[in-house]
Amino acid sequence: MTETLVRLHDVQMRFAQQAVLVDAQLEVHQGEIVTLIGPNGAGKTTLVRIVLGLLKATSGQVWRKPGLRIGYMPQKLHVEATLPLTVERFLRLVPQADHQTITQALRDTGAAHLLASPVQKISGGELQRVLLARALLRQPQLLVLDEPVQGVDVSGQIELYQLITRIRNQYGCGVLMISHDLHLVMNTTDRVVCLNHHICCSGHPAQVSTDPAFVALFGAETAGLALYRHQHDHRHDMQGHIVPSIPCCPTPHKESNQDA
Amino acid sequence: MPEFLVNALIAGLVLALVAGPLGSFVVWRRMAYFGDTLSHAALFGVALGLLLDISPMLAVTLGCVLLAVVLVLLQQRQPLASDTLLGILAHSTLSLGLVTLSFMREIRIDLMGYLFGDLLAVTSDDLLWMLGGSLLVLVLLLYLWRPLLAITVHEELARVEGVPVVAVRLAFMLLIAVVIAVAMKIVGVLLITSLLIIPAAAAQRHARTPEQMALGASLLGMLAVCVGLALSWFADTPAGPSIVVSAAALFLLGFMWPKPD
Repeated sequence: MTETLVRLHDVQMRFAQQAVLVDAQLEVHQGEIVTLIGPNGAGKTTLVRIVLGLLKATSGQVWRKPGLRIGYMPQKLHVEATLPLTVERFLRLVPQADHQTITQALRDTGAAHLLASPVQKISGGELQRVLLARALLRQPQLLVLDEPVQGVDVSGQIELYQLITRIRNQYGCGVLMISHDLHLVMNTTDRVVCLNHHICCSGHPAQVSTDPAFVALFGAETAGLALYRHQHDHRHDMQGHIVPSIPCCPTPHKESNQDA
Repeated sequence: MPEFLVNALIAGLVLALVAGPLGSFVVWRRMAYFGDTLSHAALFGVALGLLLDISPMLAVTLGCVLLAVVLVLLQQRQPLASDTLLGILAHSTLSLGLVTLSFMREIRIDLMGYLFGDLLAVTSDDLLWMLGGSLLVLVLLLYLWRPLLAITVHEELARVEGVPVVAVRLAFMLLIAVVIAVAMKIVGVLLITSLLIIPAAAAQRHARTPEQMALGASLLGMLAVCVGLALSWFADTPAGPSIVVSAAALFLLGFMWPKPD
């Protein structure tokens, strides 16, 4: 049995009169990649901020392993153009980080060549790698990543997810991340937690993608997309359009495998 | 050199030294208008000091801190944007200061001196206060440098990494308040912000690290003080505005220098 890093029990969160989280349960273990998935405004970021200790839950229990070191990778970073800051200087903001540990962390995330670049001048994908390196500098037991692939093209996204898996294997840390495309994280995640104010379902990605709660939330098409890599069972018409098997399907031009 | 000029020079140089790094943070954190508002409130602080009969430097510092607290409370409790709030507070505290001072008819004060500075009237006593205040700010700033830079770059990231964000932010406001109290005698409440941001903005173009920008701002500010005082001495211009004009000239000159790349 691997060690539990964080445990949330019956967590409620209200902003003004709005209930954002209801009875949320979450557990992250050492060495495990947990992906939080859900529609916009479902409370994913709120849940993550509670895990990080940036927000205090309205009620419920939040337990963190005593002395837990968390490496956090925020969704975006905006540094004023007037602040002259190279990648190395940015990483030096972490206490105890020196040149050697910084170059090592950058090498681990495949961004060693960026050491002397100004942080304002690197691309979105490069910035994600630098932010990941900063999280690693803390020698984290738990990595928390808020939409780690935002603003990165699809091939870059796949690469980043593979990188996260590699880092999990190398550092042996637990990973909690937010994503909204289950089909991309299928291969690289151990457990998916589907959130829409409450936990709709959770489990192994293949299991979740066929769960009725998940299908209801994302529609059969997304669920189908998640399975798409396993089966190619749709038909094309003469123009190459995908022909739905169910005649009433409202969006005939999108891929679906409801006939599966 | 006459003593009053020596005093003026030392006071100006020490202020410029401190204003460099602090002003860099004001630029990076986009707090120029915040600094302006605090310095407008300084006049209210002066009136308060005269009313309660306490040291003007202490009163100004207290006045600025009080305003910062009011501002934070207002920001949390109502929907008006920060710049609107700052505009309201800046001008109402300045006016409140002027109105309060007008009630104290038995005290004759040099209003122009408070508004635009009276550098050549710095006494040895004043100088001691200024040196003490500046030294305090400098030491605290060195101590707070990394956490302050960390919260300027990304506040939540810094918080997760264990930086006490609220305490650091409060300390930063306190530092600005002390510098305003020091600077009031030198350039006056209406011109203080310029001494914080013009040298920092001038140094920004050629700096490659935050530390280079802070140090460059200090050096440019000190140069502006020397040039401004010389102008004041030889052309008989008001000292405070002369320093600001010199700083602005340096800022413009910076554009002619080719940018390193």
